Amino acid sequence: MAEPARMARAPGPLLRVENLTRYFDVSPPLLNRVFEGKGRLYVRAVDGVSFEIDAGETFSLVGESGCGKSTVARLVVGLYQPTRGTIDFEGVDLGSAKARAANPQMQARMQMIFQDPYASLNPRWRVGDIIAEPIRFRRILSGRAAIAERVGALLRQVGLGANDAERYPHEFSGGQRQRISIARALAGEPEFLVCDEPTSALDVSVQAQILNLMKDLQRRLGLTYLFISHNLAVVYHVSSKVGVMYLGRLVEWSETKTLFARPRHPYTRMLLDAIPDLAMSGRARTPVAGEVPSPLNPPSGCSFHPRCPWANERCKSERPEAQRVPGGGAVACHAVEEGRLPEGPAVAPPAIA
Amino acid sequence: MSALAAVRARVAAAWASDIAWSFRQSRVTMAAALVTLLLVGGAVLAPWIAPTDPFDPAQVDLMNAEIPPLWSAEGDARFVLGTDVQGRDMLSAILYGGRISIAVGAAAVAFAMLLGVTLGLVSGYLGGRVDAAIMRIADVQLSFPSILVALLVHGILRGLLPASSREALSVYVLIIAIGLADWVQFARTVRSRTLVERDREYVQAARIIGRGPAAIMRAHILPNVMSPVLVIACISLATAILTEASLSFLGVGVPATQPSLGTLIRIGNNYLFSGQWWMTVFPSITLAVLVLAVNILGDWLRDALNPLLR
Repeated sequence: MAEPARMARAPGPLLRVENLTRYFDVSPPLLNRVFEGKGRLYVRAVDGVSFEIDAGETFSLVGESGCGKSTVARLVVGLYQPTRGTIDFEGVDLGSAKARAANPQMQARMQMIFQDPYASLNPRWRVGDIIAEPIRFRRILSGRAAIAERVGALLRQVGLGANDAERYPHEFSGGQRQRISIARALAGEPEFLVCDEPTSALDVSVQAQILNLMKDLQRRLGLTYLFISHNLAVVYHVSSKVGVMYLGRLVEWSETKTLFARPRHPYTRMLLDAIPDLAMSGRARTPVAGEVPSPLNPPSGCSFHPRCPWANERCKSERPEAQRVPGGGAVACHAVEEGRLPEGPAVAPPAIA
Repeated sequence: MSALAAVRARVAAAWASDIAWSFRQSRVTMAAALVTLLLVGGAVLAPWIAPTDPFDPAQVDLMNAEIPPLWSAEGDARFVLGTDVQGRDMLSAILYGGRISIAVGAAAVAFAMLLGVTLGLVSGYLGGRVDAAIMRIADVQLSFPSILVALLVHGILRGLLPASSREALSVYVLIIAIGLADWVQFARTVRSRTLVERDREYVQAARIIGRGPAAIMRAHILPNVMSPVLVIACISLATAILTEASLSFLGVGVPATQPSLGTLIRIGNNYLFSGQWWMTVFPSITLAVLVLAVNILGDWLRDALNPLLR
């Protein structure tokens, strides 16, 4: 089956996210607010994140649990609506539910792969029907035979057999289910795939297979990935650019090689420092110190200052904005801007572990 | 030949399944299934197996009135369970009455299920004000005994109908009244299950594909919330049959010309103190046994489908 003709691409990045913000209202009920004098309460899951992704590249977001990286993924595909900010997909703003509904052809070009392969496939549907859903719904093909043939081709493309279409999800292992998820995502013929920790629920040996499959598909189909992960080794192997998130903010982004070779932000350094040293180079490892503060009540100024060894008064009061740095990328850190940081640790590329 | 073998293999597989196993484990359940099968079978096949047609005036002879059951001194071999004051054969009346009771009960449960499942899905999936509105109605209704709700709905519906069609439509009025009294537990169960399923990733995947709420509720969530619904339907069937009997006993159910079990009990009750006990005792026993058997089946189904209890 021939690939459909792609629309002539406008110059500029495929996806540009500007000042993306999402608060979740977790206020106590009205009566409690009135009688107990409690105020409204918001979780600042994502707080002013900006980045852009060029066609054909893989942009990764890393960070600890609860830093908002999955929320960014869900905002981009439209599962949540942003509180503020724009999501610009090839020049079309998809930053509100109305805009998304008005541009189904844009929505059709993105798909998502989920973290939990046991929850992402409907247990009552046959695999063939799961994969065929986007094909049927978008009327990409019509006729039983044509759809069955396409489903078989997709299954083979992700390394399964065409006759697996007759089976139910519970008959497959986690890695196989993730392959089915990928086949379903590809069935809609997307250009842009959002992958929310696609390998973190899998065995290590299976993780590599899935990552290689994804890289292979990217090369063959010209896909663009937004890749969410907390695993730095995985991120190093799949990404062309990496963004580091902390407490709802993007503290640093850069080319992968640059970021791993010369991390600038203190938080990035702390993360990289914590990677297990499999080469046994004798590098001293510093464990990640402290805990992520609550996004209900983030620290003033730079949200990393309570854990940062270089924090000063300015860091406590003034929120740093992302500054472009020479060699590509951006960092949001007063210490980097002022040049009062020592050179970062030279880190060997992490092995997949 | 191979088709036959395939059918045989499927039956064997079904017989070996967990549910069939738990069925075979319990003699009570098997007995209840047998009794249900007999009573429902008797009701369905009533026109063919009943000795007489109690609704056909030509077959009823007043001379046969008030004959006691076969085993008493004045018994008559033609009327195993005796006759009522109009000379109708009690056994036939019970078979035909059970037919109406079961039909009304099943239809009412189907109606309640349709209504409850739909509202529960909508309530759980859409959330917000829609959810609040539907669930408050459910809460209010749940604070009344369902027989009162059924009486109220029944009264309103009968009042709305023109007098000429009241008798003809009385069975349908009864079905709607019982169904409206019974939808709440379906809605609540489906809503709570929907709240769980709504946030699972397969639903999110369908949303990203672009499917609308109605399609997601029907095609994705509904199949995953149905198993508790079947259990509730089974238990509700017993309740609905009882509600119908209660309404008929109170005289607001089906007309006396087409008596259900409840109507038979009410009519027979008038003659209890004058010694014609069989007119009310036999329909009562039938009703009690039917409800008990259906209830036991419902309990078994609930346990069998809940892996945590096994």
